[in-house]
Amino acid sequence: MFSNEKAKSYEQYVSQFTPKPKYFYNAVKAFVIGGLICMAAYYVQSILIEKGMGKGDAGTIVTILLICTAQLLTGFGWFDSIAKFAGGGVIVPITGFANSMVSPAMEFKKEGLVLGAGSKLFTIAGPVLVWGISTSVVIGIIYWLLTK
Amino acid sequence: MIKNMVGKQTLCFRNQPEILGTGSVVGVKEGKGPLGECFDVVLEEDIYGEKTWEKAETKMLKEAILLSIKKAGKTKEQINAILSGDLLNQLMSASFSARDLQIPFLGLYGACSTMTESMIVGAVLVDGGYADHVVAAASSHYCTAERQFRMPLEHGNQRPPSAHWTVTGSGSVVIGKTDHPYICCTYGTIGKIVDPGITDTNQMGAAMAPAALDTVITHFSDTGRPLDYYDMILTGDLGHIGKDILLDMMKKQGMDLEKVYNDCGVLIYDREQDTHSGGSGCGCSAVTFSGYIFDKLIKGQLKKILLISTGALMTTTSSQQGNSIPGIAHAIAVEIC
Repeated sequence: MFSNEKAKSYEQYVSQFTPKPKYFYNAVKAFVIGGLICMAAYYVQSILIEKGMGKGDAGTIVTILLICTAQLLTGFGWFDSIAKFAGGGVIVPITGFANSMVSPAMEFKKEGLVLGAGSKLFTIAGPVLVWGISTSVVIGIIYWLLTK
Repeated sequence: MIKNMVGKQTLCFRNQPEILGTGSVVGVKEGKGPLGECFDVVLEEDIYGEKTWEKAETKMLKEAILLSIKKAGKTKEQINAILSGDLLNQLMSASFSARDLQIPFLGLYGACSTMTESMIVGAVLVDGGYADHVVAAASSHYCTAERQFRMPLEHGNQRPPSAHWTVTGSGSVVIGKTDHPYICCTYGTIGKIVDPGITDTNQMGAAMAPAALDTVITHFSDTGRPLDYYDMILTGDLGHIGKDILLDMMKKQGMDLEKVYNDCGVLIYDREQDTHSGGSGCGCSAVTFSGYIFDKLIKGQLKKILLISTGALMTTTSSQQGNSIPGIAHAIAVEIC
């Protein structure tokens, strides 16, 4: 194996052959698509509130609608193409979370509903949940210590 | 005293083991690529009428093996051994296709270098008089590889420009002997593992290029052949990035092979097919050789080629534990006798 120094200089050497991802272009696409999704969600929420629904309930309904839409698009096999284009725009909102649950379920149901879909359902979402919830607990404790 | 080895790592096949026939079965995307017309079978759907991707790959490999036997003018009963491998855990596709074929079986794993590994072992068996006819084959499938090594197919993400696309394809060759040898395996160089310390699994070309360079240098120094000996030198799946790196490294070693060198991962897809750095997987060099190169040898458009399948020998566990990617490359010289 190459020594650490040699490995580092090789990594630098190969970087001149490797095209960089188009960060700015990708960020603009993500901003526009993600923004459009949020606008649409906000529009639906406003209509629901206008029809007399409470703000909290309307928010829940909109979240459910976003999740269902992402799940359906994943099921039809379209979500991955959309995500390829929009990147973080559809991956960061709850749509990405829905996709990360449905895609392993579809993929691993061939190994059975229990040991396949059941055990692999959280392969992608699991780590997000574990560290997301853990972080919120830590932040909660800090908040409690600062405000008590 | 080793009689049939030259230099440090190169086996010399003195009894002219021949390639008698080949078979190639590829997926939809590969069929639409620049080599599409060279393949024996192009699938209409990558699932190939089966219930799972693994069963589809098994069927593809079996089909490629049977086609190669048929095109070699042999029957299943005349084959003494199948030497084959794929990318899946415990060589699922290779083992299950051999189960159906009921031919003695040796499973080989060299990651994407499996095709030349199986061809070298096959040539040894025929050259040494241990077999009359053997099948050497390799297979990969985009959908089986993705679910084992990466993410579920429908998971939405963006791949970096250096990522490869696993070739859906099974390639097979029959190696044997006749009284009038035509296309023969002459030398096989067994590669050493070279690990340049790359840990990013999306940088496979860079991880394997030093191993390919090591094998190229060793092959020419072991055989004493001049650099312009071959009509074509073909690496397995370095892709666009790995190809550029290898060319640059060869130039620095004073080897200018730009005119004859290419890479199967570059040849098999068009840039427009959005495969980023190009094709990868055991099937990449397997079908490119079985479908495209062998045809050119038969027609006499190529006379002397060096096929160097390249492999990245990492596992999902090794990557998660932060290990770097060990690269390997085996070379086999195939020539019109």
